Amino acid sequence: MKKDITQNIGFFLLFACIIATLFFLGTIIYFIFTRGMQIISWEFLTQPPRNAMTEGGVAPVIVGTLYLTLGAMIFAVPLGLACAIYLCEYSPKSIVVNIIRISINNLAGVPSVVFGLFGLAVFVNFLNFGVSILSGSLTLGILALPLIISASQEALLAVPHSIREASLSLGASKWETIKRIVLPTALPGILTGVILSIGRAAGETAPILFTAAAFYKRGYPKSIFSEVMALPYHIYALMTEGTHPDKQKAIAYGCSLILLFLVLFISGIAIYLRQRQRSYHG
Amino acid sequence: MDNDIKMKADKINFFYGNTQALKSVDLNIFSNRVTALIGPSGCGKSTFIRLFNRMNELIAGTKLTGKIYIDGEDINSPCIEAVDIRRRVGMVFQKPNPFPKSIFDNIAYGLRVNGIKNKDFIEEKVVQTLKKAALWEEVKCRLKESALGLSGGQQQRLCIARCLAVETEVILFDEPCASLDPISTGKIEELILELKKDYTIVIVTHNMQQAARVSDYTGFFLLGELIEFGRTQDIFTAPKDKRTEAYITGRFG
Amino acid sequence: MNYRRIKEKIYKWIFTVLAFSSLFFLVGIMIVLFKEGTPIFKDVGFFKFLFGTRWYPTHEPPDFGILPLILGSIWVTAGAIIVCVPLGVGSALYLNEIAGFRQRQFLKPIIELLASIPSVVYGFFGMVIVTPFLQKTFNLPTGLTALNASLILGLMATPTVCTIAEDALSYVPRSFREASFAVGANRWQTLTRVVIPAAGSGISTAIILGMSRAIGETMTVLMVAGGAAVIPKTFLGPVRPMTAAIAAEMGEAPMGGDHYHALFAIALVLFLITFVFNIIAEIISRRFRIKLGLSG
Repeated sequence: MKKDITQNIGFFLLFACIIATLFFLGTIIYFIFTRGMQIISWEFLTQPPRNAMTEGGVAPVIVGTLYLTLGAMIFAVPLGLACAIYLCEYSPKSIVVNIIRISINNLAGVPSVVFGLFGLAVFVNFLNFGVSILSGSLTLGILALPLIISASQEALLAVPHSIREASLSLGASKWETIKRIVLPTALPGILTGVILSIGRAAGETAPILFTAAAFYKRGYPKSIFSEVMALPYHIYALMTEGTHPDKQKAIAYGCSLILLFLVLFISGIAIYLRQRQRSYHG
Repeated sequence: MDNDIKMKADKINFFYGNTQALKSVDLNIFSNRVTALIGPSGCGKSTFIRLFNRMNELIAGTKLTGKIYIDGEDINSPCIEAVDIRRRVGMVFQKPNPFPKSIFDNIAYGLRVNGIKNKDFIEEKVVQTLKKAALWEEVKCRLKESALGLSGGQQQRLCIARCLAVETEVILFDEPCASLDPISTGKIEELILELKKDYTIVIVTHNMQQAARVSDYTGFFLLGELIEFGRTQDIFTAPKDKRTEAYITGRFG
Repeated sequence: MNYRRIKEKIYKWIFTVLAFSSLFFLVGIMIVLFKEGTPIFKDVGFFKFLFGTRWYPTHEPPDFGILPLILGSIWVTAGAIIVCVPLGVGSALYLNEIAGFRQRQFLKPIIELLASIPSVVYGFFGMVIVTPFLQKTFNLPTGLTALNASLILGLMATPTVCTIAEDALSYVPRSFREASFAVGANRWQTLTRVVIPAAGSGISTAIILGMSRAIGETMTVLMVAGGAAVIPKTFLGPVRPMTAAIAAEMGEAPMGGDHYHALFAIALVLFLITFVFNIIAEIISRRFRIKLGLSG
């Protein structure tokens, strides 16, 4: 029958779409994995770079990324969570709050390079922190802030109103209700959002381009005011600067694999958590 | 009327924004008695009982005039905290709303927020209230399991037990059986009759048989007004108001 | 019990202060962009800045016309859309309509996971694999072209588009499909005439958010678009999208100079574009939810 032929063709095309998607994305991972594995060794992971970035390892680069991400989270998680709690639990329900909510959602979609410029203007220049871990962490933190706020808000809003009422009706105060009932119930959702934003912050390049990153820095960072090497920027720099493109390319493969592994691992945890919540709630 | 007055509503007017939900309601709640409030949906009976433990404060844009007393004390006076009133006046809601915690923690919650830290005391209290709520036999082996795994009727009895643990004096039931099957409903009704020895009970229901079965006093609400209040048997056998009679005989509602 | 009341007040204050300080940062972004970006309009003029065809910020005298950059962004975004819409939406339709329950439970998280691959990794892949491939295939002087950027950006946006579109499809009530099957339609007819129209606005939200992601993406275009600030004529030539210009030039622009302000002004334009996209997406998705009777 004619309509079945159309259906078969249509379904085949859709099947081709997903195969193509998985194929192309798989190709990226395949290339980075196989070529990256050629350079990754214990030495590569634990030694500092040598010979103008053409030999040795990338340990300080990995450490730099960890510092920046950690710094961003120390700044963004408490602030973002507090903001979400305020908006969901304390703020009066008004048009102003609604506008704030919409702007936060929108800021989550603002290009990361814009956050980089903000960091440059405010932290590096205006507050005079210079190009440093501090500036970079704060910039990444502000990038993560809207993500954390909207994920936490969603999780808090999903807590049924009825159990808040139950808690209050037992003589618990508002804060006790939030601390003992609302936050524990919303925790898995909040955690998912926070972990996803960790993955995002760890992989971002544009915000640290002018606020934190250095192509080469001897040794490990000494204070929060020192410049720092970071995996994503390092990949970019290895490909666009320096004098030994081939040797640098090999190292860049290694860095890409480490970054990819790091980000996929972190996001994987978050997605696993979310999947489990979904099946738990039905 | 020969009983002690536990709570008293005096000329209550209540507004949601510009809509008046309650119009000049006066009502006495007697100690150790069950008072049923009946009436068609939207007549203000749920709104009314939520005033007794100040739950309506949580809704923005509402306004209350008139006074509510417990043991002669004005519950809305500025020197009294809502949390203190709610500890004395507990509430069981329309839909069972256990916390997503273990059965044990659900009951212990009210004790813990009220500053009790003694573990033995909490444990003893949990067992005692579960027994009082006729739930002990069914859950004694699974106290550490999530309360969300219980059936609807069990959840509702857990919510009642949760209320008993904080040693309230008054328990407000807001259509406690609305989402339950007849067997669970029967168990809850038995429990209410049992509890009135120690507590003062107010129950909102739109099931008239239920009001007749469990209550000592009945108030009939219509469009935000208290039409008639009296002993349950009088209301059901010899209503004074035509509208009460019409409702009870099933002509509307 | 006064102690408890004070504690409540303190907590409320802590949250209010923290919330407003984070809002302060977020509002600060807009303020900074306006403050640092608008001075250039005084020097160059708003329309000359936006529609000037020459971008030579370091010449003497400099030219600050960002039309080539805007067009660069539009070209690569358009190219990316051509890649990511069929792949993303097609995959979403497959996952939602054809894949069995277990296949979907398996593939959906994988695609969500792929959405989190950092952009610099895509850029790197574009440089080392796609560039030589394009150079050889089309016999070009360089493989760093608008086409390269479009392919990579499109691929990068595909998982995002797919995830959001699949969510939209899963909101279509089963009763819609059952009604269609009940009158003898087959699965393809049900899909094209009932499900896709019902989820249409949800799918367009996905596409708009994909566009928004592509136009704001920095590292990939910085690495693979080639970087020539000329008005693009062919997909096989290099372009310099707005984000790439900011990232590449900010390091050299002296603070407080015209170039510095011009780059902030570009960021402002970019910010407004993505802001509009996101608002449109938000409005459409809100309508979509109302249409399907979901709570806003």
